[in-house]
Amino acid sequence: MKQRTLTGFRRENGAVGIRNHTVILPVDDLSNAAAEAVAKLVPGTLALPHAYGRLQFGADLDLTFRTLAGNAANPNVASAVVIGIEPNWTERLVADIAKSGKRVQGFSIERHGDLRTIESAARVAAQFLQDDSERTREPIERSEIMLSIKCGESDTTSGLGSCPTTAQTVDRWIEAGGTVLFGETSELTGGEHLIAGRCVNDAVRQKFQGIFDSYQEMIGRAGADLLGSQPTQGNIRGGLSTIEEKAMGNIAKTGTKPVIGALEAAEVPASGPGLYFMDTSSAAAECVTLMAAAGATLHLFPTGQGNVIGHPVEPVVKLTANPLTARTMSEHIDLDCSGLLARDYDLTEAGDRLTDICDRVINGRLTCAEAIGHKEFVLTRLYQSA
Amino acid sequence: MPDAPGFLAHREDDLVGVAVRDLDPGPVSGAYLSGPVTLSVQLNEAIPLGHKLALADITTGQEVIEYGQRVGIATKDIHKGGHVHVHNVRSARL
Repeated sequence: MKQRTLTGFRRENGAVGIRNHTVILPVDDLSNAAAEAVAKLVPGTLALPHAYGRLQFGADLDLTFRTLAGNAANPNVASAVVIGIEPNWTERLVADIAKSGKRVQGFSIERHGDLRTIESAARVAAQFLQDDSERTREPIERSEIMLSIKCGESDTTSGLGSCPTTAQTVDRWIEAGGTVLFGETSELTGGEHLIAGRCVNDAVRQKFQGIFDSYQEMIGRAGADLLGSQPTQGNIRGGLSTIEEKAMGNIAKTGTKPVIGALEAAEVPASGPGLYFMDTSSAAAECVTLMAAAGATLHLFPTGQGNVIGHPVEPVVKLTANPLTARTMSEHIDLDCSGLLARDYDLTEAGDRLTDICDRVINGRLTCAEAIGHKEFVLTRLYQSA
Repeated sequence: MPDAPGFLAHREDDLVGVAVRDLDPGPVSGAYLSGPVTLSVQLNEAIPLGHKLALADITTGQEVIEYGQRVGIATKDIHKGGHVHVHNVRSARL
């Protein structure tokens, strides 16, 4: 396999990114209009509009701020302009992002109005963008790229092809000293014993089991029938019959390494390099947004029936082993590994092909989702606002 | 490829295989994931790409094994070569 020199952007705190975004981050829903106006005035910046940030409280508020700050602090971001309706919340988010050492400036709309705020923020955004354009790539190690994985619109070809291919790359990443995040608490159902069995010690196992059990209790409290939505209609169309079968395919992508930590949503891994579980929704954009908040800079997304997700901060590489999906949705598929099922090549070669695509994306090749503008940035809510 | 299998199974003790192309009724050959083409099944019905076929007779109430793990419970008798899906398998997590 061809070895490429990997390059990336080294940030103030030493972390390495593979993109160099100047982001315009609204604190709340009310500030989306101003943030998007700034991004229009300063093309080349990246607005991250979202639906929430008002009258949240407790753990739900903490998660929203951790997710927003984490995405702006992600190493794929060079600098950030923050716009909020009120100065105190805006400054809180600015302070959280500034801990990364990144350049960040906040603007609040009250007592200025949208138009004056937009002008002030656009002047700073233009300056940031110009300065960021002078940041250059340098040689980096594979271990410095934090990978995340999550599959979607799965079918049986996910478990046979795209997930085992992903596992090849995951195992290689960890052998190179890297860190990989997986999540999807709900989609481990029926296979949770397999993950628990791979936890590196009792403390990690108890944390994982606690997260899994509290998820099951939440479903119970809601009086919901999980089996009504899992597997999804798309999963069933693709041949998946039960949630357990779906879990087996899901787990197939996590490779063979021990699970060294169990993280809360959007929590930064802090136990050294290795494979971590993160408590996330199985909804694609929520999951990737939480993983980007933890610092993941490249996402691998195996799909069966063809999920089209992309993310503004963390590039998403999509792969499928379903030949129908590869043929009918080629603009979304970065790697067609259906040849694995036709036996044109073996799993090792499929892993080589995926790792090579990853390396090219690290070095700047746009993913399918980046090329056609998929930027799903979605916050996870724990409960309703006040 | 002349010896390309029509279906693949994950593990040797699995009771189901997965069609890797649309399969018509009749004889079809299959293989374990990385192994040679050693399996042969007479299909009773068409199996779409990605859907499962029974590698052995499965009786009502029996555990359906795939990936070497229980992935559900049969809700009807399924003959070898039959389509295995939501019409005759349910989750064991009810």
